[in-house]
Amino acid sequence: MAVATIRSRREAVTALLLKVLAYLLISATAASMIFPFYWMVSGSLKTEVEVFLVPPKWLPIPPQWSNYVYVLSSIHFARYTYNSLKIAVFSTAGVVLASSWAAYGFARVRARWRQPLFVVMLAAMMIPGQVTMIPMFIIMYRIGWVNSHYPLWVPAFFGDAFGVFLVRQYFLTIPQELLDAAKIDGCNHFGIYWQIMMPLAKPVLATLALLSFMGSWNSLLGPVIYLYDEQLFTLPLGLTAFRGMYVTYWAYMMAGATISVIPILVLFLFTQQYFVRGVVLSGLKG
Amino acid sequence: MAGEPVPVAGSVPSTRLALWRRLREGEDLYGLAFLGPLTIGLLVFSYGPVLAAFYLSLTKGSYLVTPKWVGLANYSHALSDPVVWRALRNTAYYVVGTVPTGIVLGLALALAMNQQLHGIVFYRAIFFLPTITSSVAVAVMWAWMYNPDFGVINALLEVVGIKGPTWLASPRWAMPAIIIMSIWRGLGYDMLLFLAGLQGIPKEFYEAAEIDGAGTWQRFRHITAPLLSPTTFMIAVLATIGSFQVFEYSYVMTRGGPMYSTMTMVLLIFQRGFESAEVGYASAIAYLLFAVILALTLVQLRGQSRWVHYEL
Repeated sequence: MAVATIRSRREAVTALLLKVLAYLLISATAASMIFPFYWMVSGSLKTEVEVFLVPPKWLPIPPQWSNYVYVLSSIHFARYTYNSLKIAVFSTAGVVLASSWAAYGFARVRARWRQPLFVVMLAAMMIPGQVTMIPMFIIMYRIGWVNSHYPLWVPAFFGDAFGVFLVRQYFLTIPQELLDAAKIDGCNHFGIYWQIMMPLAKPVLATLALLSFMGSWNSLLGPVIYLYDEQLFTLPLGLTAFRGMYVTYWAYMMAGATISVIPILVLFLFTQQYFVRGVVLSGLKG
Repeated sequence: MAGEPVPVAGSVPSTRLALWRRLREGEDLYGLAFLGPLTIGLLVFSYGPVLAAFYLSLTKGSYLVTPKWVGLANYSHALSDPVVWRALRNTAYYVVGTVPTGIVLGLALALAMNQQLHGIVFYRAIFFLPTITSSVAVAVMWAWMYNPDFGVINALLEVVGIKGPTWLASPRWAMPAIIIMSIWRGLGYDMLLFLAGLQGIPKEFYEAAEIDGAGTWQRFRHITAPLLSPTTFMIAVLATIGSFQVFEYSYVMTRGGPMYSTMTMVLLIFQRGFESAEVGYASAIAYLLFAVILALTLVQLRGQSRWVHYEL
């Protein structure tokens, strides 16, 4: 009996200790996550001189909103934002439409070569982008698409392996009886796809759209390979080029970085659950 | 219907009419419509380029000059090129620095989060901020913090009495600087995956263990760890594959310097392929990278049976 009491008391102490430790870990990590963002924003609101202060000035007062005005107009960040947005929207539309289109083909259309093609598609997911980027560039060069936005969103309209996988999983859960009923009513596959499957698949499509948008908005490799005219730059590319030229204008750089982060941040805050689900699903695909 | 040959199971349709009927029954035409674009995409954007890259790696030329066949010369040159080996070493250093640390910290965080379930949505959002931010913005944000003279990191170290290194300007500290930043960025993602894994472990196991008198550490070692091993394995594999392809941090922050200390494989491929237009050579290096990643993944897959439990 005595042994049991000692053990349970030790257990209780351990449990409490762990709870405290857990709380500390979470708080410390959360603080370390937020701090760089705070620092970036505060830096964006400092004057050129305040940026160099040692020890650093913690609160940017008075805030230099003019930095943002300058970055948006004179350094064309407004244009970069527009470019990023345009490419991301087109590319997302392509991924969502093309992936769900092919996913329906895999899920509910009884074509003979479905299974082998599916395996072939999955295998393609293993190919690292670095192997294909040079030949792709040559192809794009030959058709005259280098230095334009086309290479950054047109391929999306041919389907994305991960997207197809995701949507197909979802489509498979929609009961066949529903589709059979539609067929009896005279619907062909195209009608089923557009009028039944797509509306029902809104959650997974939302998740796919978000992941896709985020991927396109944040991407650097595509833009840096294909875009040469400064007018065509996207935000990440603009920021990188900016860093080359304005190495010491930290306040402007921080303003530029903040501008590139805000849209995706706002989107995230409103659609958190879809993002989270998307991340978990993308991990589970392995 | 009279007069048409009836297909017997297993027999090959011997008339065009029977073939047409087979086609219509099997919905193959619909299949063509729905799966056609994807097939074209796979050919043009995936498999075509993969084969083309292999062919290119056996040639020498640029984008304007017609490639000239040189056999395995590019590969032998790459294998004896000190920059290639340096890039490989740096990349391996990066992977070893970020993947295990990310897993341990991510797991610790997930375990902590699993206990404190109130406020989870709030914390989850915060932990996720770095992951959804573009690596360029992260790099710019941290580049300023890492500045040796007026950056906040050295300023904070000063407070504790440590004289901070020159970080991105130091051949010794540039890569660790990138590693730290990368761990920071990936934590939320790892934590989320582990949390999902943890929440999939049935509570009954823990209750049974408690009844049997198992302590906290024992519960972790015999229930949590084994049942979490599929998740851990998956994270390890994906993180390794992803980390080997690191490019943006070194491109934005250091361009591979100082003194090649942050030159990574993808950055090298990019420079050779797009800045000096050595198309064949860059393709060869890309294939070498591909081979390394493939080999490592296979090793990990093989090792699965040793430590990954798919059921208790």
